[in-house]
Amino acid sequence: MSEKYNEIPMAGNIIEPGNATKYKTGGWRAQRPIHTDETCLWVKNGTCGLCWIYCPDNSVKLIEKDGKYIYEFDLEYCKGCGICANQCPTDSIRMENE
Amino acid sequence: MTAVKRIPKDQIAIEGLTGDAAIAHALKQCDLDVLAAYPITPQTIIVEDYQKFAANGEVHCRVIPVESEHSAMSACIGASAVGARVATASASAGLALMWEILYCAASMRMPIIFTVANRALSGPINIHNDWSDTYGARDSGFIQIYTQSCQEAYDTTIMAFKIAEDHKVLLPIMVCIDGFILSHNVERVEMLPTKAVENFLGVREPFIKLDPDNPITMGPLALTDYYFEFKEQQERAMEAVPEVFAQVETDFEKMTGRRYGMFEEYRTDDAEIIIFTHSTPGGTAKATVDVLREKGEKVGVLRLRMFRPFPTKEIVEVVKNAKAVIVFEKCRSFGAPSNPLALELRTALYDLEKRPMVVDFVIGLGGRDCPPTTIVEGYEKTKEYLKKGKAPLYETMGVRK
Repeated sequence: MSEKYNEIPMAGNIIEPGNATKYKTGGWRAQRPIHTDETCLWVKNGTCGLCWIYCPDNSVKLIEKDGKYIYEFDLEYCKGCGICANQCPTDSIRMENE
Repeated sequence: MTAVKRIPKDQIAIEGLTGDAAIAHALKQCDLDVLAAYPITPQTIIVEDYQKFAANGEVHCRVIPVESEHSAMSACIGASAVGARVATASASAGLALMWEILYCAASMRMPIIFTVANRALSGPINIHNDWSDTYGARDSGFIQIYTQSCQEAYDTTIMAFKIAEDHKVLLPIMVCIDGFILSHNVERVEMLPTKAVENFLGVREPFIKLDPDNPITMGPLALTDYYFEFKEQQERAMEAVPEVFAQVETDFEKMTGRRYGMFEEYRTDDAEIIIFTHSTPGGTAKATVDVLREKGEKVGVLRLRMFRPFPTKEIVEVVKNAKAVIVFEKCRSFGAPSNPLALELRTALYDLEKRPMVVDFVIGLGGRDCPPTTIVEGYEKTKEYLKKGKAPLYETMGVRK
Protein backbone atom coordinates (compact mmCIF):
# COMPACT_ATOMS: atom_id res chain seq x y z
CA MET A 1 0.00 0.00 0.00
CA SER A 2 3.02 2.25 -0.25
CA GLU A 3 2.97 2.42 -4.07
CA LYS A 4 3.07 5.81 -5.73
CA TYR A 5 0.55 6.90 -8.36
CA ASN A 6 2.79 5.67 -11.19
CA GLU A 7 3.40 2.27 -9.63
CA ILE A 8 -0.21 1.12 -9.77
CA PRO A 9 -2.39 0.17 -12.78
CA MET A 10 -4.17 2.96 -14.62
CA ALA A 11 -7.61 4.02 -13.38
CA GLY A 12 -7.77 1.40 -10.65
CA ASN A 13 -8.04 -1.42 -13.17
CA ILE A 14 -7.54 -4.84 -11.58
CA ILE A 15 -5.30 -6.56 -14.09
CA GLU A 16 -4.79 -9.80 -12.15
CA PRO A 17 -8.03 -11.80 -12.06
CA GLY A 18 -9.06 -13.35 -8.75
CA ASN A 19 -6.70 -11.30 -6.64
CA ALA A 20 -9.52 -10.65 -4.14
CA THR A 21 -8.33 -13.86 -2.41
CA LYS A 22 -5.30 -11.86 -1.25
CA TYR A 23 -7.60 -9.74 0.83
CA LYS A 24 -8.43 -11.71 3.98
CA THR A 25 -11.81 -10.35 4.96
CA GLY A 26 -11.98 -12.50 8.09
CA GLY A 27 -10.60 -9.48 9.93
CA TRP A 28 -13.94 -7.72 9.49
CA ARG A 29 -15.72 -10.34 11.61
CA ALA A 30 -17.46 -9.28 14.83
CA GLN A 31 -19.27 -12.59 15.31
CA ARG A 32 -18.08 -16.08 14.40
CA PRO A 33 -20.30 -19.00 13.34
CA ILE A 34 -20.28 -22.03 15.63
CA HIS A 35 -21.39 -25.32 14.04
CA THR A 36 -23.02 -28.32 15.73
CA ASP A 37 -22.38 -31.66 14.00
CA GLU A 38 -25.18 -33.50 15.86
CA THR A 39 -28.13 -31.85 14.07
CA CYS A 40 -26.48 -30.86 10.74
CA LEU A 41 -28.05 -32.58 7.72
CA TRP A 42 -24.81 -32.42 5.73
CA VAL A 43 -22.88 -34.25 8.44
CA LYS A 44 -25.79 -36.67 8.95
CA ASN A 45 -26.36 -37.75 5.34
CA GLY A 46 -24.68 -35.31 2.90
CA THR A 47 -27.83 -33.31 2.10
CA CYS A 48 -29.14 -29.75 2.60
CA GLY A 49 -26.10 -27.48 2.03
CA LEU A 50 -28.18 -24.28 2.28
CA CYS A 51 -25.40 -22.56 4.25
CA TRP A 52 -22.96 -23.41 1.44
CA ILE A 53 -25.34 -22.08 -1.21
CA TYR A 54 -26.02 -18.81 0.61
CA CYS A 55 -22.55 -17.97 1.97
CA PRO A 56 -21.48 -14.82 0.05
CA ASP A 57 -17.80 -15.46 0.70
CA ASN A 58 -17.44 -19.18 -0.10
CA SER A 59 -16.46 -19.65 3.52
CA VAL A 60 -18.56 -22.78 4.18
CA LYS A 61 -16.58 -25.88 3.30
CA LEU A 62 -18.61 -29.06 2.75
CA ILE A 63 -16.08 -31.87 2.56
CA GLU A 64 -16.56 -35.51 1.60
CA LYS A 65 -13.74 -37.76 2.83
CA ASP A 66 -13.59 -41.55 3.22
CA GLY A 67 -17.38 -41.86 3.10
CA LYS A 68 -17.76 -39.24 5.81
CA TYR A 69 -19.27 -35.76 5.57
CA ILE A 70 -17.14 -33.11 7.24
CA TYR A 71 -18.16 -29.51 7.92
CA GLU A 72 -15.75 -26.51 8.19
CA PHE A 73 -15.70 -22.75 8.02
CA ASP A 74 -12.93 -20.83 6.29
CA LEU A 75 -12.41 -18.16 8.93
CA GLU A 76 -9.79 -16.33 6.83
CA TYR A 77 -12.64 -15.00 4.68
CA CYS A 78 -15.79 -15.41 6.81
CA LYS A 79 -17.03 -11.87 7.59
CA GLY A 80 -19.44 -13.16 10.23
CA CYS A 81 -22.53 -11.97 8.36
CA GLY A 82 -24.68 -14.73 9.91
CA ILE A 83 -26.55 -15.66 6.73
CA CYS A 84 -25.61 -19.33 7.26
CA ALA A 85 -27.06 -19.28 10.78
CA ASN A 86 -30.23 -17.64 9.46
CA GLN A 87 -30.66 -20.15 6.66
CA CYS A 88 -29.93 -23.35 8.63
CA PRO A 89 -33.24 -25.33 8.84
CA THR A 90 -32.06 -27.29 11.91
CA ASP A 91 -30.48 -24.39 13.85
CA SER A 92 -27.11 -26.12 13.72
CA ILE A 93 -25.21 -22.80 13.38
CA ARG A 94 -25.19 -20.05 15.98
CA MET A 95 -23.27 -16.78 16.05
CA GLU A 96 -20.97 -15.99 18.91
CA ASN A 97 -19.19 -12.70 19.63
CA GLU A 98 -15.50 -12.70 18.75
CA MET B 1 -0.78 5.30 -39.98
CA THR B 2 1.27 6.47 -42.92
CA ALA B 3 2.78 9.91 -43.21
CA VAL B 4 0.27 12.71 -43.45
CA LYS B 5 0.25 14.57 -46.75
CA ARG B 6 -1.42 17.75 -47.90
CA ILE B 7 -4.77 16.88 -49.45
CA PRO B 8 -5.07 18.35 -52.96
CA LYS B 9 -7.88 20.85 -53.49
CA ASP B 10 -9.78 18.72 -55.98
CA GLN B 11 -10.28 16.02 -53.35
CA ILE B 12 -11.88 18.39 -50.86
CA ALA B 13 -15.67 18.53 -50.82
CA ILE B 14 -17.13 21.94 -50.07
CA GLU B 15 -20.62 22.07 -48.64
CA GLY B 16 -22.85 24.42 -46.72
CA LEU B 17 -23.36 22.72 -43.39
CA THR B 18 -24.79 23.64 -40.01
CA GLY B 19 -22.53 23.13 -37.01
CA ASP B 20 -24.43 19.99 -36.08
CA ALA B 21 -24.23 18.61 -39.63
CA ALA B 22 -20.52 19.42 -39.82
CA ILE B 23 -19.95 17.39 -36.65
CA ALA B 24 -22.15 14.55 -37.93
CA HIS B 25 -20.07 14.43 -41.12
CA ALA B 26 -16.87 14.45 -39.10
CA LEU B 27 -18.15 11.56 -36.97
CA LYS B 28 -19.13 9.72 -40.15
CA GLN B 29 -15.56 9.91 -41.36
CA CYS B 30 -13.96 8.97 -38.04
CA ASP B 31 -14.87 5.29 -38.39
CA LEU B 32 -16.83 5.02 -35.13
CA ASP B 33 -17.63 1.61 -33.74
CA VAL B 34 -20.39 2.74 -31.38
CA LEU B 35 -22.50 5.86 -31.03
CA ALA B 36 -24.92 5.94 -28.11
CA ALA B 37 -27.02 9.05 -27.68
CA TYR B 38 -30.37 10.45 -26.68
CA PRO B 39 -31.86 13.34 -28.67
CA ILE B 40 -31.89 16.83 -27.20
CA THR B 41 -32.15 20.27 -28.79
CA PRO B 42 -29.95 21.84 -30.16
CA GLN B 43 -27.75 18.79 -30.59
CA THR B 44 -30.42 16.58 -32.18
CA ILE B 45 -29.24 16.96 -35.79
CA ILE B 46 -25.85 15.46 -34.97
CA VAL B 47 -27.36 12.14 -33.99
CA GLU B 48 -30.23 12.41 -36.47
CA ASP B 49 -27.82 12.83 -39.38
CA TYR B 50 -25.55 10.12 -38.07
CA GLN B 51 -28.49 7.71 -37.74
CA LYS B 52 -29.26 8.40 -41.40
CA PHE B 53 -25.71 7.49 -42.35
CA ALA B 54 -26.05 4.30 -40.32
CA ALA B 55 -29.46 3.43 -41.81
CA ASN B 56 -28.07 3.98 -45.32
CA GLY B 57 -25.15 1.68 -44.58
CA GLU B 58 -22.66 4.51 -45.04
CA VAL B 59 -20.99 3.76 -41.70
CA HIS B 60 -20.11 0.51 -39.98
CA CYS B 61 -21.19 1.54 -36.54
CA ARG B 62 -23.59 0.28 -33.92
CA VAL B 63 -25.93 3.15 -33.06
CA ILE B 64 -27.57 2.60 -29.68
CA PRO B 65 -30.74 4.67 -29.22
CA VAL B 66 -30.66 4.57 -25.42
CA GLU B 67 -33.47 5.57 -23.05
CA SER B 68 -31.61 8.44 -21.36
CA GLU B 69 -28.37 10.38 -21.36
CA HIS B 70 -27.28 8.56 -18.20
CA SER B 71 -27.50 5.37 -20.24
CA ALA B 72 -25.89 7.03 -23.27
CA MET B 73 -22.67 7.78 -21.43
CA SER B 74 -22.81 4.40 -19.66
CA ALA B 75 -23.09 2.59 -22.99
CA CYS B 76 -20.22 4.69 -24.33
CA ILE B 77 -18.03 3.64 -21.41
CA GLY B 78 -18.88 -0.03 -21.91
CA ALA B 79 -18.08 0.16 -25.60
CA SER B 80 -14.92 2.16 -25.02
CA ALA B 81 -13.79 -0.37 -22.41
CA VAL B 82 -13.69 -3.15 -25.02
CA GLY B 83 -11.59 -0.94 -27.27
CA ALA B 84 -14.20 0.64 -29.54
CA ARG B 85 -14.04 4.16 -30.94
CA VAL B 86 -17.01 5.87 -29.37
CA ALA B 87 -18.89 9.15 -29.56
CA THR B 88 -22.00 10.72 -28.11
CA ALA B 89 -23.68 14.12 -28.19
CA SER B 90 -25.88 16.10 -25.84
CA ALA B 91 -26.64 19.49 -24.32
CA SER B 92 -28.03 21.21 -21.25
CA ALA B 93 -30.39 18.95 -19.27
CA GLY B 94 -29.13 15.91 -21.14
CA LEU B 95 -25.59 16.67 -20.10
CA ALA B 96 -26.85 17.24 -16.57
CA LEU B 97 -28.44 13.79 -16.54
CA MET B 98 -25.09 12.32 -17.59
CA TRP B 99 -23.39 13.94 -14.63
CA GLU B 100 -22.52 10.89 -12.59
CA ILE B 101 -21.20 9.03 -15.61
CA LEU B 102 -19.11 11.95 -16.90
CA TYR B 103 -16.84 11.46 -13.93
CA CYS B 104 -16.74 7.69 -14.55
CA ALA B 105 -15.76 8.22 -18.20
CA ALA B 106 -12.90 10.52 -17.26
CA SER B 107 -11.62 8.59 -14.26
CA MET B 108 -11.82 5.26 -16.10
CA ARG B 109 -9.76 6.96 -18.82
CA MET B 110 -12.14 6.31 -21.70
CA PRO B 111 -11.30 8.36 -24.82
CA ILE B 112 -14.93 9.14 -25.66
CA ILE B 113 -15.70 12.11 -27.89
CA PHE B 114 -18.68 14.03 -26.59
CA THR B 115 -19.97 16.81 -28.83
CA VAL B 116 -22.02 19.38 -26.98
CA ALA B 117 -24.26 22.09 -28.40
CA ASN B 118 -24.07 24.50 -25.48
CA ARG B 119 -27.51 25.33 -24.12
CA ALA B 120 -28.84 27.01 -20.98
CA LEU B 121 -29.94 24.88 -18.06
CA SER B 122 -33.41 24.84 -16.55
CA GLY B 123 -35.25 26.60 -15.12
CA PRO B 124 -37.13 28.21 -16.61
CA ILE B 125 -36.61 25.70 -19.37
CA ASN B 126 -34.75 27.33 -22.25
CA ILE B 127 -33.36 25.82 -25.43
CA HIS B 128 -30.97 28.63 -26.37
CA ASN B 129 -27.30 29.12 -25.93
CA ASP B 130 -25.19 29.82 -22.91
CA TRP B 131 -22.28 27.93 -21.35
CA SER B 132 -23.75 26.91 -18.03
CA ASP B 133 -23.93 23.24 -19.03
CA THR B 134 -20.30 22.54 -19.91
CA TYR B 135 -18.90 25.08 -17.43
CA GLY B 136 -20.67 23.10 -14.76
CA ALA B 137 -18.82 20.02 -15.96
CA ARG B 138 -15.43 21.72 -15.98
CA ASP B 139 -14.17 19.64 -13.05
CA SER B 140 -15.43 16.32 -14.42
CA GLY B 141 -12.04 15.41 -15.88
CA PHE B 142 -13.09 15.93 -19.51
CA ILE B 143 -10.91 17.93 -21.85
CA GLN B 144 -13.02 20.84 -23.12
CA ILE B 145 -12.56 22.53 -26.48
CA TYR B 146 -14.88 25.36 -27.59
CA THR B 147 -15.19 26.13 -31.29
CA GLN B 148 -16.25 29.22 -33.18
CA SER B 149 -17.14 28.06 -36.69
CA CYS B 150 -18.64 25.04 -38.42
CA GLN B 151 -15.28 24.35 -40.08
CA GLU B 152 -13.55 24.49 -36.73
CA ALA B 153 -16.18 22.16 -35.22
CA TYR B 154 -15.61 19.68 -38.05
CA ASP B 155 -11.82 19.85 -37.76
CA THR B 156 -11.79 19.74 -33.96
CA THR B 157 -14.07 16.69 -33.84
CA ILE B 158 -11.65 14.79 -36.07
CA MET B 159 -8.58 15.89 -34.12
CA ALA B 160 -10.29 15.11 -30.81
CA PHE B 161 -10.17 11.36 -31.41
CA LYS B 162 -6.44 11.45 -32.02
CA ILE B 163 -5.83 13.49 -28.88
CA ALA B 164 -8.12 11.45 -26.64
CA GLU B 165 -6.86 8.08 -27.82
CA ASP B 166 -3.18 8.96 -27.38
CA HIS B 167 -1.79 6.75 -24.61
CA LYS B 168 -0.24 9.76 -22.90
CA VAL B 169 -3.73 11.25 -22.56
CA LEU B 170 -6.59 8.71 -22.57
CA LEU B 171 -9.20 11.21 -21.50
CA PRO B 172 -12.64 11.99 -22.90
CA ILE B 173 -13.15 15.27 -24.75
CA MET B 174 -16.09 17.65 -24.97
CA VAL B 175 -16.15 19.41 -28.34
CA CYS B 176 -18.45 22.38 -27.80
CA ILE B 177 -20.41 24.51 -30.25
CA ASP B 178 -22.83 27.28 -29.35
CA GLY B 179 -26.39 26.00 -29.51
CA PHE B 180 -28.39 27.39 -32.46
CA ILE B 181 -25.86 30.18 -33.11
CA LEU B 182 -23.50 27.58 -34.54
CA SER B 183 -25.43 24.32 -34.35
CA HIS B 184 -28.18 25.54 -36.69
CA ASN B 185 -26.40 28.11 -38.86
CA VAL B 186 -25.13 27.11 -42.26
CA GLU B 187 -21.52 27.92 -43.09
CA ARG B 188 -19.07 26.88 -45.75
CA VAL B 189 -17.25 23.73 -44.67
CA GLU B 190 -14.36 22.07 -46.45
CA MET B 191 -14.54 18.34 -45.92
CA LEU B 192 -11.63 15.98 -46.23
CA PRO B 193 -11.84 12.76 -48.20
CA THR B 194 -12.85 9.95 -45.82
CA LYS B 195 -9.72 8.00 -46.70
CA ALA B 196 -7.58 10.89 -45.51
CA VAL B 197 -9.40 11.06 -42.17
CA GLU B 198 -9.09 7.31 -41.72
CA ASN B 199 -5.41 7.52 -42.52
CA PHE B 200 -4.98 10.44 -40.12
CA LEU B 201 -6.69 8.71 -37.21
CA GLY B 202 -5.81 5.10 -37.83
CA VAL B 203 -7.58 2.38 -35.87
CA ARG B 204 -7.84 2.94 -32.13
CA GLU B 205 -5.22 0.97 -30.22
CA PRO B 206 -6.59 0.52 -26.72
CA PHE B 207 -4.10 0.80 -23.88
CA ILE B 208 -6.01 -1.90 -22.03
CA LYS B 209 -9.37 -3.49 -22.83
CA LEU B 210 -12.00 -5.85 -21.54
CA ASP B 211 -11.31 -9.22 -23.10
CA PRO B 212 -12.80 -12.58 -22.05
CA ASP B 213 -9.50 -14.31 -22.80
CA ASN B 214 -7.59 -11.99 -20.51
CA PRO B 215 -10.03 -11.03 -17.77
CA ILE B 216 -9.55 -7.80 -15.84
CA THR B 217 -11.79 -5.56 -13.74
CA MET B 218 -12.44 -1.94 -14.68
CA GLY B 219 -13.96 0.67 -12.44
CA PRO B 220 -13.64 -1.10 -9.08
CA LEU B 221 -13.71 0.39 -5.59
CA ALA B 222 -10.77 2.44 -4.30
CA LEU B 223 -10.99 3.99 -0.87
CA THR B 224 -8.74 5.96 1.42
CA ASP B 225 -5.72 3.85 0.50
CA TYR B 226 -5.63 4.29 -3.30
CA TYR B 227 -8.27 6.77 -4.56
CA PHE B 228 -5.99 9.81 -4.23
CA GLU B 229 -3.28 8.15 -6.35
CA PHE B 230 -5.76 7.52 -9.17
CA LYS B 231 -6.72 11.20 -9.10
CA GLU B 232 -3.02 12.03 -9.38
CA GLN B 233 -2.86 9.85 -12.51
CA GLN B 234 -5.77 11.79 -13.98
CA GLU B 235 -4.07 15.10 -13.30
CA ARG B 236 -0.85 13.89 -14.95
CA ALA B 237 -2.86 12.84 -18.01
CA MET B 238 -4.33 16.37 -18.18
CA GLU B 239 -0.84 17.83 -17.97
CA ALA B 240 0.16 15.75 -21.00
CA VAL B 241 -2.62 17.21 -23.15
CA PRO B 242 -0.95 20.38 -24.53
CA GLU B 243 1.99 18.46 -26.01
CA VAL B 244 -0.18 15.82 -27.65
CA PHE B 245 -2.63 18.50 -28.79
CA ALA B 246 0.18 20.41 -30.51
CA GLN B 247 1.46 17.27 -32.24
CA VAL B 248 -1.99 16.39 -33.52
CA GLU B 249 -2.52 19.94 -34.75
CA THR B 250 0.82 19.84 -36.55
CA ASP B 251 -0.21 16.66 -38.38
CA PHE B 252 -3.59 18.12 -39.17
CA GLU B 253 -2.00 21.29 -40.48
CA LYS B 254 0.19 19.27 -42.84
CA MET B 255 -2.96 17.72 -44.23
CA THR B 256 -5.21 20.79 -44.39
CA GLY B 257 -3.15 23.92 -43.83
CA ARG B 258 -5.41 24.73 -40.86
CA ARG B 259 -4.25 25.13 -37.28
CA TYR B 260 -6.16 26.59 -34.36
CA GLY B 261 -4.03 26.37 -31.23
CA MET B 262 -5.17 26.23 -27.62
CA PHE B 263 -6.38 29.76 -28.20
CA GLU B 264 -6.48 32.25 -31.06
CA GLU B 265 -4.74 35.61 -30.80
CA TYR B 266 -6.27 38.34 -32.89
CA ARG B 267 -4.54 41.73 -33.14
CA THR B 268 -3.16 41.35 -29.62
CA ASP B 269 0.47 42.33 -30.36
CA ASP B 270 0.22 45.99 -29.40
CA ALA B 271 -3.18 45.79 -27.75
CA GLU B 272 -3.71 47.76 -24.56
CA ILE B 273 -7.05 46.13 -23.96
CA ILE B 274 -7.61 42.46 -24.77
CA ILE B 275 -11.01 40.86 -25.05
CA PHE B 276 -11.04 37.33 -23.62
CA THR B 277 -13.91 35.06 -24.62
CA HIS B 278 -14.61 31.93 -26.67
CA SER B 279 -17.04 30.21 -29.03
CA THR B 280 -19.24 32.48 -31.19
CA PRO B 281 -18.72 35.67 -29.15
CA GLY B 282 -15.09 35.27 -30.24
CA GLY B 283 -16.16 35.91 -33.82
CA THR B 284 -18.30 38.89 -32.84
CA ALA B 285 -15.40 40.29 -30.81
CA LYS B 286 -12.98 39.99 -33.73
CA ALA B 287 -15.35 41.81 -36.11
CA THR B 288 -15.90 44.51 -33.49
CA VAL B 289 -12.18 44.88 -32.90
CA ASP B 290 -11.67 45.52 -36.61
CA VAL B 291 -14.02 48.49 -36.39
CA LEU B 292 -12.50 49.76 -33.15
CA ARG B 293 -9.01 49.47 -34.66
CA GLU B 294 -10.11 51.64 -37.58
CA LYS B 295 -10.98 54.26 -35.00
CA GLY B 296 -7.48 54.00 -33.59
CA GLU B 297 -8.30 51.91 -30.50
CA LYS B 298 -5.54 49.52 -29.43
CA VAL B 299 -7.64 46.45 -28.80
CA GLY B 300 -7.33 42.75 -29.60
CA VAL B 301 -9.02 39.44 -28.94
CA LEU B 302 -7.82 36.31 -27.24
CA ARG B 303 -10.30 33.64 -28.22
CA LEU B 304 -9.91 30.63 -25.96
CA ARG B 305 -10.39 27.17 -27.42
CA MET B 306 -9.14 24.87 -24.73
CA PHE B 307 -10.80 25.54 -21.38
CA ARG B 308 -9.63 22.25 -19.87
CA PRO B 309 -6.74 21.94 -19.43
CA PHE B 310 -6.56 25.71 -19.08
CA PRO B 311 -3.45 27.04 -20.90
CA THR B 312 -2.43 29.18 -17.93
CA LYS B 313 1.18 30.08 -18.74
CA GLU B 314 0.53 30.71 -22.41
CA ILE B 315 -2.38 33.03 -21.70
CA VAL B 316 -0.40 34.98 -19.12
CA GLU B 317 2.30 35.52 -21.77
CA VAL B 318 -0.23 37.05 -24.15
CA VAL B 319 -2.08 39.34 -21.75
CA LYS B 320 0.54 40.29 -19.16
CA ASN B 321 1.46 43.60 -20.78
CA ALA B 322 -2.08 44.73 -21.50
CA LYS B 323 -3.72 47.40 -19.36
CA ALA B 324 -6.95 45.46 -19.08
CA VAL B 325 -8.52 42.17 -20.09
CA ILE B 326 -12.27 42.13 -20.72
CA VAL B 327 -13.91 38.79 -20.11
CA PHE B 328 -17.20 38.07 -21.83
CA GLU B 329 -18.76 34.88 -20.58
CA LYS B 330 -22.15 33.25 -20.90
CA CYS B 331 -22.44 31.79 -17.44
CA ARG B 332 -23.13 33.04 -13.95
CA SER B 333 -21.70 31.11 -11.04
CA PHE B 334 -24.33 32.04 -8.47
CA GLY B 335 -22.88 33.31 -5.24
CA ALA B 336 -19.29 33.20 -6.54
CA PRO B 337 -17.00 36.27 -6.41
CA SER B 338 -16.94 36.24 -10.23
CA ASN B 339 -17.59 33.70 -12.96
CA PRO B 340 -15.84 30.60 -14.36
CA LEU B 341 -13.80 32.16 -17.16
CA ALA B 342 -12.75 35.23 -15.15
CA LEU B 343 -11.93 33.10 -12.11
CA GLU B 344 -9.49 31.10 -14.22
CA LEU B 345 -7.90 34.21 -15.67
CA ARG B 346 -7.58 36.01 -12.34
CA THR B 347 -5.96 32.93 -10.79
CA ALA B 348 -3.54 32.74 -13.71
CA LEU B 349 -2.57 36.40 -13.32
CA TYR B 350 -2.43 36.57 -9.54
CA ASP B 351 1.28 35.88 -9.17
CA LEU B 352 2.32 38.65 -11.57
CA GLU B 353 3.78 41.74 -9.95
CA LYS B 354 2.03 44.01 -12.42
CA ARG B 355 -1.32 42.61 -13.47
CA PRO B 356 -3.72 43.86 -16.11
CA MET B 357 -7.11 44.87 -14.78
CA VAL B 358 -9.65 42.08 -15.28
CA VAL B 359 -13.20 43.17 -16.09
CA ASP B 360 -15.80 40.40 -16.17
CA PHE B 361 -19.10 40.70 -18.04
CA VAL B 362 -21.77 38.02 -17.85
CA ILE B 363 -23.63 38.15 -21.15
CA GLY B 364 -26.17 36.25 -23.20
CA LEU B 365 -27.74 33.99 -20.57
CA GLY B 366 -30.49 31.84 -22.06
CA GLY B 367 -29.53 32.90 -25.57
CA ARG B 368 -29.98 36.67 -25.07
CA ASP B 369 -28.44 38.21 -28.19
CA CYS B 370 -24.88 39.53 -27.93
CA PRO B 371 -24.41 41.86 -30.91
CA PRO B 372 -21.24 43.89 -31.52
CA THR B 373 -22.77 46.70 -29.44
CA THR B 374 -22.40 44.45 -26.37
CA ILE B 375 -18.68 44.23 -27.02
CA VAL B 376 -18.42 48.00 -27.58
CA GLU B 377 -20.36 48.73 -24.40
CA GLY B 378 -18.02 46.46 -22.42
CA TYR B 379 -15.03 48.12 -24.03
CA GLU B 380 -16.23 51.65 -23.20
CA LYS B 381 -16.99 50.64 -19.62
CA THR B 382 -13.54 49.11 -19.27
CA LYS B 383 -11.90 52.34 -20.44
CA GLU B 384 -13.81 54.16 -17.70
CA TYR B 385 -12.73 51.59 -15.11
CA LEU B 386 -9.12 52.03 -16.23
CA LYS B 387 -9.43 55.78 -15.71
CA LYS B 388 -10.85 55.19 -12.23
CA GLY B 389 -8.28 52.47 -11.58
CA LYS B 390 -10.96 50.11 -10.26
CA ALA B 391 -13.51 47.68 -11.67
CA PRO B 392 -16.21 45.56 -10.08
CA LEU B 393 -15.43 41.83 -9.72
CA TYR B 394 -18.07 41.15 -12.35
CA GLU B 395 -21.24 42.62 -13.79
CA THR B 396 -24.10 41.37 -15.90
CA MET B 397 -24.70 43.04 -19.24
CA GLY B 398 -27.81 42.95 -21.40
CA VAL B 399 -30.26 42.21 -18.60
CA ARG B 400 -33.11 44.59 -17.78
CA LYS B 401 -32.35 45.94 -14.31
